[in-house]
Amino acid sequence: MLHISHIYKTFNPGTVNEKKALLDLSLHLEPGDFATIIGSNGAGKSTLFNAISGSFFTDAGTIELAGEDITFQPEFKRARNIGRLFQDPMRGSAPGMTIEENLALAAGSGGWFSHMTKKDRQRFRDRLALLGMGLEDRMKQPVGLLSGGQRQALTLMMATVNPPKLLLLDEHTAALDPAAAEKVLGITQKIVAEEKLTCLMVTHNMESALALGNRTLMMNGGRILFDVSGEERKGLTVEDLLQRFKTESGKGLDNDRMLLG
Amino acid sequence: MDFALIQTALQLGLICGLTVLALFLSYSMLNVCDLSTDGCFTLGAAVGAVVAISGHPYLSIPAAMGAGVCSGFVTALLQTRMGINSLLAGIIVNTGLYSINIWVMGGKSLLNMNQTETVFTKAQAFLENTPLAGEQSLVVAAVAAILVVLFMTAFLNTRLGLAIRATGNNPDMVRSSSINPVFTTTVGLCVANAFTGLSGCLLGQMQKSVNIDIGSGMVTIALASLLIGSTFLGRGGILIQAIGMVLGSFVFRLVYTIALRFDMPAYMLKLVSSVIIILAIAGPYLKGQWPMLRRRLTYRSQGAGKGDQ
Repeated sequence: MLHISHIYKTFNPGTVNEKKALLDLSLHLEPGDFATIIGSNGAGKSTLFNAISGSFFTDAGTIELAGEDITFQPEFKRARNIGRLFQDPMRGSAPGMTIEENLALAAGSGGWFSHMTKKDRQRFRDRLALLGMGLEDRMKQPVGLLSGGQRQALTLMMATVNPPKLLLLDEHTAALDPAAAEKVLGITQKIVAEEKLTCLMVTHNMESALALGNRTLMMNGGRILFDVSGEERKGLTVEDLLQRFKTESGKGLDNDRMLLG
Repeated sequence: MDFALIQTALQLGLICGLTVLALFLSYSMLNVCDLSTDGCFTLGAAVGAVVAISGHPYLSIPAAMGAGVCSGFVTALLQTRMGINSLLAGIIVNTGLYSINIWVMGGKSLLNMNQTETVFTKAQAFLENTPLAGEQSLVVAAVAAILVVLFMTAFLNTRLGLAIRATGNNPDMVRSSSINPVFTTTVGLCVANAFTGLSGCLLGQMQKSVNIDIGSGMVTIALASLLIGSTFLGRGGILIQAIGMVLGSFVFRLVYTIALRFDMPAYMLKLVSSVIIILAIAGPYLKGQWPMLRRRLTYRSQGAGKGDQ
């Protein structure tokens, strides 16, 4: 589904602030893969997501999504196939517009001059009901009135109202309180499973990194340090993960330190 | 207060209300303060006058709107593709339009339409044997305002309209809905300036003359009207808000007309509109600052710290 080969990205090249954010990174995701990514701050997790979604173009390497070369496709065009959620729940929706208007824009059915139909509204209402937050009865209210958890749940709905080929979750529950985070995570799991989405999720929670999905990637210094899946992953504990990081990173990256929480 | 004054305020309010609706699109929806409004208003008036004088009263309307679209397109191009700050882009276009407007007017700074057939004289002939005879200015202005309000309501509820509104609200979200914000900004400014041009065209034809200064200060007047309108009808759907814009424009003209009655000289119009904007924007801000200011004052007068006990 997603095929990244040998991408590089350096920020501020040639200056004292030079930062090699991605170094010869390759990654292959099969359709239906749900991979969690862990790594310290500055490991390149968000940079990887930015590269995939097209916030910038990479310095070298190619990115393919579902057989299509998207290396130089502009961000807004990639968005047709890639859904993305950010840590900041305010980032994914327009506060001054109503819930149904936000969904209509995300659903994007019909031409430029089409209006929202009764059928659209019913469809949005049914989707929102899945959240169990009562949003289906507040469709005419501006999104700015919702809480962070509700907004993130809505953003998740918007990102998946047309099932994307790839869903990128960038610590999307980190800014929510524990109860809301758990709820949004549960909804995420449900939607990903139902729509059989291919998904990448950044998290700082090692437990959920191992519990969710079918693969776990550890990133460090702009590379993927290791990639576990299948039987090997099943028996893994957080302790093993920490140990594994020490041995792997010790090989050539002994200068890099990492804080794991 | 006599009826003629209200009527004048209504006519001007309705016609300039079209510019307010244009700013409703660019300022309230797209979050772009389009400072090319003055020049674009004059451009619409000049193009409309020249086309009408050449014998095409009906064609003057689409011509003025088309000229507005071109002006809006250039403003959008400067700010979306050439890295020019949106305020600066408007100022640059506004300055450039001054020359273009005089060129359109054939090197003159005043065009007279006393003998010219305009949409108003056409309407006058059309209304001759109806109860509305002689009210052509009001009828044309009202029809234009109603059509533009209806258009705006329909337009802003289409998918394109939603995308334009989201562009001013959260451009990230527009991109993630696979819509190019450059495109929505451009379309929004083109449509907005079409109505600014139309507004200028109608004002010129109603007054039967176009002066190169016809649009000067229009952006401030329209913004003042917009702010007045949104205090009356700022909440609710797009239709309510759009009606509020025209209402704001009327109220602004009414207040101004009344002030004229009390011997305020006509040249005070622009100062009044500036003061209204300052009050409307700074008022809520200062109100928010006031409690903290009061606390600081008592803090100081009672000696540091003691006022807190």
